[in-house]
Amino acid sequence: MTFASPLHQLHGVGVTIKDVTKIYEMRDGNELSALDPIDLTISPGEFVAVVGPSGCGKSTLLSMIAGLLPVSSGAIQIDSQNVHRPHPKVGVVFQSDLLLYWRNVIDNILLPVEIKGWRRADYMSRAGELLEQVGLKGFEKKYPNELSGGMRQRVSICRALVQEPGLLLMDEPFGALDALTREQMIADLQTMWIHLKNTVIFITHSIEEAVFLADRVIVMSPRPGRIDLDRRIEIERPRGWKTRIEPRFVAYMTEIRNIFESRGVLSKD
Amino acid sequence: MSSGPVPQESTEQAKLRRRRRRNVQTVVESLAAPVLSLMLLAVWQLGVPFLGLSVFVLPTPLQIITRIGSDYHLLAGNSLVTLFETLAGFAIAAATGIATAFAIFYSRIFERAIYPLLVALQTVPKVALAPLLVLYLGYDFAPKCFLAFLLAYFPIVIATVVGLQALDKSIVDVVRSMGANEWQTFFKIRLPAALPNIFGGLKVGISLAVIGAVIGEYVAAERGLGYLQLQASSQFDTTLSFASLVIISLLGVVTFWGIEFLERKVVFRREAAK
Repeated sequence: MTFASPLHQLHGVGVTIKDVTKIYEMRDGNELSALDPIDLTISPGEFVAVVGPSGCGKSTLLSMIAGLLPVSSGAIQIDSQNVHRPHPKVGVVFQSDLLLYWRNVIDNILLPVEIKGWRRADYMSRAGELLEQVGLKGFEKKYPNELSGGMRQRVSICRALVQEPGLLLMDEPFGALDALTREQMIADLQTMWIHLKNTVIFITHSIEEAVFLADRVIVMSPRPGRIDLDRRIEIERPRGWKTRIEPRFVAYMTEIRNIFESRGVLSKD
Repeated sequence: MSSGPVPQESTEQAKLRRRRRRNVQTVVESLAAPVLSLMLLAVWQLGVPFLGLSVFVLPTPLQIITRIGSDYHLLAGNSLVTLFETLAGFAIAAATGIATAFAIFYSRIFERAIYPLLVALQTVPKVALAPLLVLYLGYDFAPKCFLAFLLAYFPIVIATVVGLQALDKSIVDVVRSMGANEWQTFFKIRLPAALPNIFGGLKVGISLAVIGAVIGEYVAAERGLGYLQLQASSQFDTTLSFASLVIISLLGVVTFWGIEFLERKVVFRREAAK
């Protein structure tokens, strides 16, 4: 199998979340509701950012979509199939890079290929091209401890993309990075996604990150999480740093900020 | 400005000076242990005639070395016996110890049942079992191998359990999200992540296995380094007793190095890459 381009368009898959709740049973026997019933339909190829305060259940929601956590009620469908276990068309990028320190960069990227029982040789060139795309060409044989935090997270993004996921789940992927690295990563993610056009669900607690990256921003309330706002971001791509100071960008940010203020997540000053 | 090139030259020089100082330091550090050992041996060698000690009480290092040379065949033959007992006991301890640890890790009921028992058994002075083992297992290899096994088993179990339990659960989520089954998770993640701990346990285990084998030989044996040493002592051949002691220590060091060699082949150490 050969690839014309490392970033050829992927077939995005749709996601349907229907009345999904999550209830945790506490040690004292009480129940803790982490998520009120969530209803959300995401079209194929849509970039959706979910923004909310800590503990609003946004990561819980992502884990359930990833098939890592069972839903307490309701149903999640990916590509019209109910999710009971991790769906084969889904790639996940976690908060920290979670690379295996005993594997070099290329072997880390090819981990999902091995797990799925595909032939490594078929994906070697794609892995190399993805690395080139994130500016890490020539780092194939390096080990994670030889890389900076930003580089490691780039490798973990390559790892999620090597399997050509129709749905990419990202759980605060840039949360652990410094501000400058983060800004560059956001820009690079947008550039890649413009080519890939797969479905992305991007969890963040940064309003700016959400508005900058997404076609659609979902704002969640503090626990138990509910959808407070579902806003389409009508700004054409590619978006650059100047986009951030445009009045319509600021207007979207202000609207979301106001919701957090009304919920007491942010103060009014 | 005219002062431009001057500081650049001095930084070059400073770099050279630092490197030279570092080299000197490395050499001094690597020589520290051998020099100290040689000094202690010299004190021993000169101290014995100075204090007028008889060879029956304390032979000198040179006498011991000479004796190792002259009784080379005797020592080598008995070393092979002890080595075999050590390795056999250790191999059984490694196989069953790691297997026990996996069972403890995967089965809660097994953990609940066997863990307290293991800890309780650990408090029994296993050396004191040696006479009983002779009673049950006879005078041949079996009781020595068993004692070597008994001493090596526990540290291997504990180290492996700790290694398996130390794994960050999020890393398991990573491979689960890729669709990995538990079998794949084990071989791709759990086992490689626990390997440094497992080898830590193996290194403790092999040292203890040597001790187990020798103690087994002390109690009842017809060959082996422990037997040889005991024989020598009972005949007031203190030099041969010391020679056996040196070879027993050597056996411990060599088997330890063997595990360490294996570890370097198998385990990727975090610090290994610069």
